Amino acid sequence: MRSLISILDLSVEEIDELIAVANDIIADPESYGELCRGKKLATLFFEPSTRTRLSFEAAMYELGGNVLGFSEAQSSSAAKGESVADTAKTVSCYADIIAMRHPKEGAPLVAANNATIPVINAGDGGHNHPTQTLADLLTIQREKGSFDNLTIGLCGDLKFGRTVHSLIEAMARYNNVKFVLISPEELKLPSYIKKDVLKKHGIEYVQTTDLESVMPELDILYMTRVQRERFFNEEDYLRLKDSYILTPEKLKNAKTDLTIMHPLPRVNEISVAIDEDPRAAYFKQVFNGKIVRMALIMKLLGVTK
Amino acid sequence: MNIDSIKNGIVIDHITAGKAMEIYSLLGLDKLECSVAIIKNVSSRKMGKKDIIKIDCDFDFDIDVLGFIDSGMTVNIVKDGRIVEKRHMELPEKIVNVIKCKNPRCITSTEQELPQIFKLTDRENKVYRCYYCETKANRK
Repeated sequence: MRSLISILDLSVEEIDELIAVANDIIADPESYGELCRGKKLATLFFEPSTRTRLSFEAAMYELGGNVLGFSEAQSSSAAKGESVADTAKTVSCYADIIAMRHPKEGAPLVAANNATIPVINAGDGGHNHPTQTLADLLTIQREKGSFDNLTIGLCGDLKFGRTVHSLIEAMARYNNVKFVLISPEELKLPSYIKKDVLKKHGIEYVQTTDLESVMPELDILYMTRVQRERFFNEEDYLRLKDSYILTPEKLKNAKTDLTIMHPLPRVNEISVAIDEDPRAAYFKQVFNGKIVRMALIMKLLGVTK
Repeated sequence: MNIDSIKNGIVIDHITAGKAMEIYSLLGLDKLECSVAIIKNVSSRKMGKKDIIKIDCDFDFDIDVLGFIDSGMTVNIVKDGRIVEKRHMELPEKIVNVIKCKNPRCITSTEQELPQIFKLTDRENKVYRCYYCETKANRK
């Protein structure tokens, strides 16, 4: 029995394996339709996340399995004060695998330590969200063909954005990857990630506040939302917010094979005018998220084609 | 200043000056019935100034925890007036229920029966991180 709590729980080889299975699912989805017949996924969502929960549920249904669970803490026994450990032990008697979203950081790890079935972390506070990173990796692999020799622009809130931190950790393990970190001063990448990940792996990176000036270098542009509540004052927010909104004008010097990504939901950081651009990959990311969750559920249940 | 030598007990030596009280409370020495001497600002050739704690009884405690507080100290176990064991401290790989995670979003903030576990993630810079949420420990 194995669980997935952080993206670093998976070796590079295991990620390659998941991506190979995911690509095979996309090529031949029918052949996967019965593989989890009779198996049950418990989606334990202690805070609402429609997108991630539906992705997991769709993934299990497409494998022929069934789903049970709850979508907010109020409708679970947590509302009565039950511990995460007890919930995990109880649900282990009902299901074959758990996907858990919890507002408290480390809750899925506690569940994994107490469950007798695999636990997938479907997001714990601002900490980890490994299946989002798997969706990002599958998207990069499908759009670029490889993880090596890429210049990746990360734009927006690099301070609090957990998807950005996990993606950096995951991509740092590949060859000749370069990062361009584009953010306002207030939302720069935390220094411990620069030190523990980028410098430790000897990865080249540059920091800038100006998206347009670095656009021509980028193979991938990963946008995130700049949230109003992250700023100390309204004036700074108003001054900066438009700099990190992607518009067709800002793309005029971009590579023709740029891949534009976003973990979604977007508010206004990517203009809808870009949705029709063939370089926009953010809705493909959503699709890839479901596929890679299918591959992950199979792996953790020990199911093969 | 003279403090009598002890017969059976523990001498914690080479404590960074000023840290003795922290160790006193961490080890719960206030609960002991026997004599405990805290000697502050003792001259030391190696350290300039140091603190020493002498505990005049056999006392069971997790020696490794001391390494987290101050990895330079030595612990001498005294039996029949002689030092029978001298231990140099090292940073422990893991500390349990010594410090608390300060991250309000950590699962340990709401589930208080969970053990407070911190793991050594960077020996060179003495960085410990919470096992659950990976928040860096605040070492004061």
